[in-house]
Amino acid sequence: MKIMASAFLSGLLFAIGLGLAGMTDPLKVIGFLDFFGSWNPTLAFVMVGGILSYGVLYRVITKRKAPLFGSKFSLPTRKDLTPQLVVGSALFGIGWGMGGLCPGPGLASLVTGSASVLSFVVAMLGGMALYKHVLEKRLA
Amino acid sequence: MVIDINAFLMALLGGVVIGVAAAMLLLLVGRIAGISGITSGLVKPVKGEVPWRAAFVGGLVMGGVGLLAFYPQAFPELVSRGPLLTAIAGLLVGVGTQLGSGCTSGHGVCGISRLSGRSIVATITFISAGAIAVVVMRAMGLA
Repeated sequence: MKIMASAFLSGLLFAIGLGLAGMTDPLKVIGFLDFFGSWNPTLAFVMVGGILSYGVLYRVITKRKAPLFGSKFSLPTRKDLTPQLVVGSALFGIGWGMGGLCPGPGLASLVTGSASVLSFVVAMLGGMALYKHVLEKRLA
Repeated sequence: MVIDINAFLMALLGGVVIGVAAAMLLLLVGRIAGISGITSGLVKPVKGEVPWRAAFVGGLVMGGVGLLAFYPQAFPELVSRGPLLTAIAGLLVGVGTQLGSGCTSGHGVCGISRLSGRSIVATITFISAGAIAVVVMRAMGLA
């Protein structure tokens, strides 16, 4: 119960951060990616703010042996640079640039009831399911 | 280049809030706040892994409700992409984040903060690919 409440509040705060930052505005996202046109560098500062705060807090928090409501930290351990990493990230980037939405802002924007957002989220979940159920054993 | 100091400060503030939210998930639950990874754990459920993921995604959606109520400018009515285009985009984002093990949050914020080489490569790749996509979309008259 504590774990679920914690995860819920973290997701809630995350969405508020995305909204304040401007990440839920697809045109701003596309403007940030528009290096060869009228580049709008604003969203670079979202990464700066996120990396500065999380970078410090991550180091403080992982000095602990375990999280408050769990037995251990689950942290990524892989270090290998693979074709999957690069090709997957490239596909993600193309989708991000096409729609101006990445996963968090897509989910946080569902409330708008926009057909474009809904179709983005449904297709994203479909893409994830396609990978997890079909592609993973062939490509991983 | 477009310069707007207020927008810069809001972006910085929003970024800090995102970092704090991610740190909260780490401190309390011990997990990395990678949205694509958390969400994809719901489409192929593993025992014991569903409740906290569903709660986090529920929080994200409800955070959107709060934004719409108290900060509606988070959702400007400037949607320029039709549902067919965003469906293709969504499919690419869904498959790509799984093959590439993460998205803007997991690689771009959490991974770079941890100085993960994989995340640095992933972030450079998806920003570059996004920039190329914007150029191609414009050339095709879709942007």
